[in-house]
Amino acid sequence: MKSVKRGKVVSYNKWGYIFLIPFIMVYLVFQLIPLVSTIYNSFFENYRSGLTQIGPNFVGLENFKTIFTNGDIITYAENTMIMWIMGFIPQIIVSLLLASWFSNPSLRLKGQRFFKTVIYLPNLIMASAFAMLFFTLFSDGGPVNSILMQMGLLSQPYKFMSNIWSTRSLVAFMNFLMWFGNTTILLMAGMMGIDTSLFEAAEVDGATSSQVFLKITLPLLRPILVYVMITSLIGGLQMFDVPQILTNASGDPMRSTMTLIMYLNKHLFSKNYGLGGALSVVLFIITAILSMIVYKFTNKKVD
Amino acid sequence: MKKKLLSAILSVAMIAGLLAGCGGKGEEPQAASTETETQTQTQEQAPQEETTAAVEASEEGKVLNIYCWNDEFKRRIEDHYPGYAKDAGDATKGTIGDVTVVWNITPNQDNAYQNNLDETLLKQADAEADSKIDIFLIEADYALKYVDTEFTMAVSDLGVTEADLANQYQYTKDVVTDSNGILKGVSWQGCPCVMFYSREAAKEVFGTDDPAEIQNYVSDWDKFNETAATLKDAGYSIVSSVNDTYRVYSNNVTSKWVEGNKINIDANIMKWVEDSKALVDAGQAGTHDLWSDDWSKGFYPEGKVFAYFGPAWLVNFSMAADAQGSIGNAGGWAATEGPQGFFWGGTWICAATGTDNAGLVKDIMLQMTCNEEIMKEIVVDDDDFVNNKPAMEAMAADTSYSSKILGGQNPLGMYCAGVEGLDLSNLSIYDQGCNEEFQRAMKNYFDGNANLEEALDLFYKAVVEKYPELTY
Repeated sequence: MKSVKRGKVVSYNKWGYIFLIPFIMVYLVFQLIPLVSTIYNSFFENYRSGLTQIGPNFVGLENFKTIFTNGDIITYAENTMIMWIMGFIPQIIVSLLLASWFSNPSLRLKGQRFFKTVIYLPNLIMASAFAMLFFTLFSDGGPVNSILMQMGLLSQPYKFMSNIWSTRSLVAFMNFLMWFGNTTILLMAGMMGIDTSLFEAAEVDGATSSQVFLKITLPLLRPILVYVMITSLIGGLQMFDVPQILTNASGDPMRSTMTLIMYLNKHLFSKNYGLGGALSVVLFIITAILSMIVYKFTNKKVD
Repeated sequence: MKKKLLSAILSVAMIAGLLAGCGGKGEEPQAASTETETQTQTQEQAPQEETTAAVEASEEGKVLNIYCWNDEFKRRIEDHYPGYAKDAGDATKGTIGDVTVVWNITPNQDNAYQNNLDETLLKQADAEADSKIDIFLIEADYALKYVDTEFTMAVSDLGVTEADLANQYQYTKDVVTDSNGILKGVSWQGCPCVMFYSREAAKEVFGTDDPAEIQNYVSDWDKFNETAATLKDAGYSIVSSVNDTYRVYSNNVTSKWVEGNKINIDANIMKWVEDSKALVDAGQAGTHDLWSDDWSKGFYPEGKVFAYFGPAWLVNFSMAADAQGSIGNAGGWAATEGPQGFFWGGTWICAATGTDNAGLVKDIMLQMTCNEEIMKEIVVDDDDFVNNKPAMEAMAADTSYSSKILGGQNPLGMYCAGVEGLDLSNLSIYDQGCNEEFQRAMKNYFDGNANLEEALDLFYKAVVEKYPELTY
């Protein structure tokens, strides 16, 4: 009897679950299982010396102890943050400027489409190819040095890759070039979502354009700005390909451009799953905290 | 209409996703069955292998797998191994009789060659006969990593006798002798090094390009460093980068990189640091990596580099001798002994344990490294220095042989003398990592970004990352 009754009610619930299966499968195979096995591996001594496998031997929290006691992780986290900030500040300024120009109807900019495409283009180049290009351009005997010398600005070639701040600047500049187009488009979408009647009202009241920008555009753009900042921060934490290729995996000079992920990559040489795993777990926790912050921020806005 | 289209697309995507999922599962039992098949195969073959290894092979595999990192050995085989036929359509294949030769070439960059070789070797025991590695090539820097394991076959097990190898230089055997004194590989080339200097620069600065005269200016490190100052005044750097001289010092060490489990830096290596710092500070040499664009500038007259250190292959294979306008193209280099003898590179042929082509592997080893006719051919055709003492000494004395790149000089006598003095008793399995990281760390010191102590700390740190079992 019961089953007959239930049969009359058309239930769509199961379709929901069925449609979720592909996502869950992909998530399990490519996210959850690697995540759990990474955490598991971080408690073992497990590496290869030459062709001899050492371990896995359970060592408890020994790997985490090693990571935190030798202090490297702090240095590399600092490097990562410094290079991220050096790239992010110009990126957000330029993007805000471009986005407000593009979204301002009174300016009537010509060729908007063309410029929107062009500023996005650097993002389409592979980061490694881009880094390779810069490596060649800025090498000791490269074209940039010869141009500067021919213009009489330098008498000796400037060793871009042998000075801490020039190398960091190059990395930051490359990240800026690659990402400012993307940010511009995000911010532009945010600005176009602002009610135009607000701008008109401000104009009628006699507000200057900088007042409009600071008092109307920026406050209303805040959720998008927070989103851009957090996603960029997480992307920045994972900075790898540009400095890796630019410095030939060394992070020189004196490892001042070595990022956290490059450090992680160093452990691949000896297939050191233990230390590598522990490092990944630490990175995971940092990223998780950051994600939590962005989650809170976006939820607040809804209220 | 739009909604229908959308739902159709979505459902297709769904079904495709599900099918893909099922496909993955469906394959598993198949894979498992082939695995068991190969296992039984290898079990069956195990006794056969022992017999083939000991005597001339009666039943050989039909596929010869060769692992290497560039096409040097491939070209040597193509040009000189009797009976080798190229595959017209596929550059990675060839044939010897009815055996297909498969070239598995993985570049050295970022350790890719070794990573690939390691993974394949570790699976060697379970692999199908035709996909087992038969021959792999190694370099001196990491030779012991492979030689000192079970994965490499002793050449005597292949049937190559000591008498066959009598003419080979001792150092080429030292490199591939394991800790029990068993020889595990052979090489067709010797790589004693000399100093190649630009004739034009020598004439301009010293008024002569005669190797004997120039040798007086560089006969030891003190003179070498004095000469560097003279050259600097004339607008030349003595070497392109201080990394050029690294191997000259590192080959003349008296202790190993690792003693027990402790990292050890030899006194001669520290002398390199001291001398190089002086050269860099005086602006007499750069700090760039070998093989970089900046390093290669000196292959051309505008590069203003006086000398490069290297073996025969450097000058004919790597120094842009084919390019118009290069020094090598105009025959503008000359060779002299330099401050200390050393060697660089060289390729050794090893047979992988479990090969199903033992007879053919043996023949390749014998033909390429012991057959005097073929080896002489290699010298004449490829300007290589081959691993055959009597042949090389005969050619050194032969006035009709001369190298075009070296402006008609016959450098073989110099190589012959250099190769005698090589001492390779201080190799360790950590050499590659230590050499790389040491040069990398010291660059910071030379560039003034760190003091010596900080640079050494960086070196220790980097080595322990690579070899976690070591201490300092």
